[in-house]
Amino acid sequence: MTRWLQRQVYRPDIAVAVFFAMVAVFFYGSIFWTFFMSLTRSTLMPDYQPIGFDQYIKLFTNHRWLVSCLNMVIFGVLYIVGTLAFGMLLAVFADRRIAAESLFRTIFLYPLAVSLIVTGLSWRWVLEPVNGLQALVRQTGWESFTFDWLTNPDRAIYTLVMASIWHSAGLVMVIVLAGLRGIDNDLWKAIRMEGIPLWRAYLQVIFPGMRPIIASCVVLLMSEVIRGYDLIIAMTKGGPGISTEMPAKFAVDYYFARVNLGLASAASIMMLVLSLVLLAPYFYTEFRRRT
Amino acid sequence: MSSVSVRQIRKSFAGLTVLDSVDMEIAPGEFVVILGPSGCGKSTLLNVIAGLDERDAGQIFIDGIDVSDLEPSQRGLAMVFQSYALFPAMTVRRNLSFGMEIAGRPKTTIAEKVAWVAKLLQIEALLDRRPSQLSGGQRQRVAIGRALVRSSSICLFDEPLSNLDAKLRAETRVELKQLHETLRSTMIYVTHDQTEAMTMADRVAVMHKGKVEQFAHPQSIYEKPASLFVAGFVGSPAMNFLQGRLDHAGRFQVGDIGIDTSGYGFEDSSRERDVVLGIRSEDVSVVDQGTPESIPATLAFTELLGADALSWFQCLGKRFSVRLGVNEARAMQPTVGLCFNMAKASFFSAASEQRI
Repeated sequence: MTRWLQRQVYRPDIAVAVFFAMVAVFFYGSIFWTFFMSLTRSTLMPDYQPIGFDQYIKLFTNHRWLVSCLNMVIFGVLYIVGTLAFGMLLAVFADRRIAAESLFRTIFLYPLAVSLIVTGLSWRWVLEPVNGLQALVRQTGWESFTFDWLTNPDRAIYTLVMASIWHSAGLVMVIVLAGLRGIDNDLWKAIRMEGIPLWRAYLQVIFPGMRPIIASCVVLLMSEVIRGYDLIIAMTKGGPGISTEMPAKFAVDYYFARVNLGLASAASIMMLVLSLVLLAPYFYTEFRRRT
Repeated sequence: MSSVSVRQIRKSFAGLTVLDSVDMEIAPGEFVVILGPSGCGKSTLLNVIAGLDERDAGQIFIDGIDVSDLEPSQRGLAMVFQSYALFPAMTVRRNLSFGMEIAGRPKTTIAEKVAWVAKLLQIEALLDRRPSQLSGGQRQRVAIGRALVRSSSICLFDEPLSNLDAKLRAETRVELKQLHETLRSTMIYVTHDQTEAMTMADRVAVMHKGKVEQFAHPQSIYEKPASLFVAGFVGSPAMNFLQGRLDHAGRFQVGDIGIDTSGYGFEDSSRERDVVLGIRSEDVSVVDQGTPESIPATLAFTELLGADALSWFQCLGKRFSVRLGVNEARAMQPTVGLCFNMAKASFFSAASEQRI
């Protein structure tokens, strides 16, 4: 009996160990394998002969990779700032108890339920100069109307920003609204007693007090930026030219279309490093607050 | 120093009457405590005075001027809240100065004011901290400071001490009272804590079900409660009550015992009616059982309070508390008689529950 009991002590450990083993093999194992591949000359098939960091040097002299990175920065900054601003504005309107609040909340949250592929396709149809919005306006008689951002290499990236903001603003709205609803009613009374105008109350009192919530939103949106792939495929396929290329698309292209396993792995590892660098401050402050 | 006058204020939420024609005249420099159980409408009354809650009817006058339709910030009031309501992301200094900045005061005035209030409340060392780095008591000081820098002649307090622990509450109570002595501004203070009301107030307004039951000096509220509710709510332990009948001769009849009430001084003692006798535990004396004019009682248990003791008796089916000396309580017989000091008693009409 006692021996049987003693055996039971290890049962939870065994159950958890299976899970940990799976994570270790498929998740961290893959990361290490990718890292190892980035140190080799592998093309279609893996080549296990390490050659050092040559692939990284190649990567950072690759014009297409550099454009991808620059695009990601432009897209990322505009997308995060735009989504936060728009989402917070919507949250403020909802918090001011507008009529039919739940209807509007559903409308703005709805895009999130649509996959990015569908979002991208819909926006492509709308923005397509030949059949979309431009053609529609011209049919009404305004012949000179031009809205060809989707096919303009200098402007195409902004259409991606627009579509992504449309997609994510609802999420930010819901998270920020939840935070606003948690604001102590006495704080609002104090704001009224001091005669603080509403916009200053939100910008200088309420939102600064919600910093952890807004930081969580930024982290969520940053991960969207780094792994951004499907929307680009659906809307621009990286074009016109390479004007809307992004790192994730670069890596997939080099893995499968250009069969350059080594270079694609180097690109993947760089994305991982970037994620860690961007997320480290968040986890650091979160960890510090708890201890 | 400003006067506040509340006239015929009415308010209801979803068919429930919260304030029922409340009238209140508050003199300049007075410290008024609004006391009542939760849900009696005391906080709502304060919010209506501040302009934070809409009223259904009635008016608020400050220094004789009708402010009923002014925004809260234009009424010349300051307010301290139960949950402190400090601006979370700002330092203590910014918390104090932000309102003045909004009001467009000159920088030198703001700095002077902040320095003055920080010295007054002894929070100079905290000026560069954020609210999250302060203890409850320190936050409360900052909240009071934020109200004081508004240099309003009227300050409203909404249960400001109820989030503090007992020791800190007692200390802050004294400090607030001293602050009032120094500043002499009009203060309206809402609480459910009768100790706060008794110790701080110049006058106490006891509220019940949206009405002011009594508005008087704390001592007269304690000694001469205007209604059965006030008598039961104020004082610890609660006042002892005994239902009976007042006969033509002015004797209080309970069961087959008649007690002389000549010490009480009825305005009209000739009318026979049902009454409730209320008597504080310190106005009851213990005598031998069978003494004339006494009521038989059996000892239930005794609480020793240190300075004195409370003996609880079973008397005509009711709990009766009697405040005694410690030695007297220890030597208590199990069956005794209770005598009442009629000069300190209260009689209420059983029908109207008002004092007679």
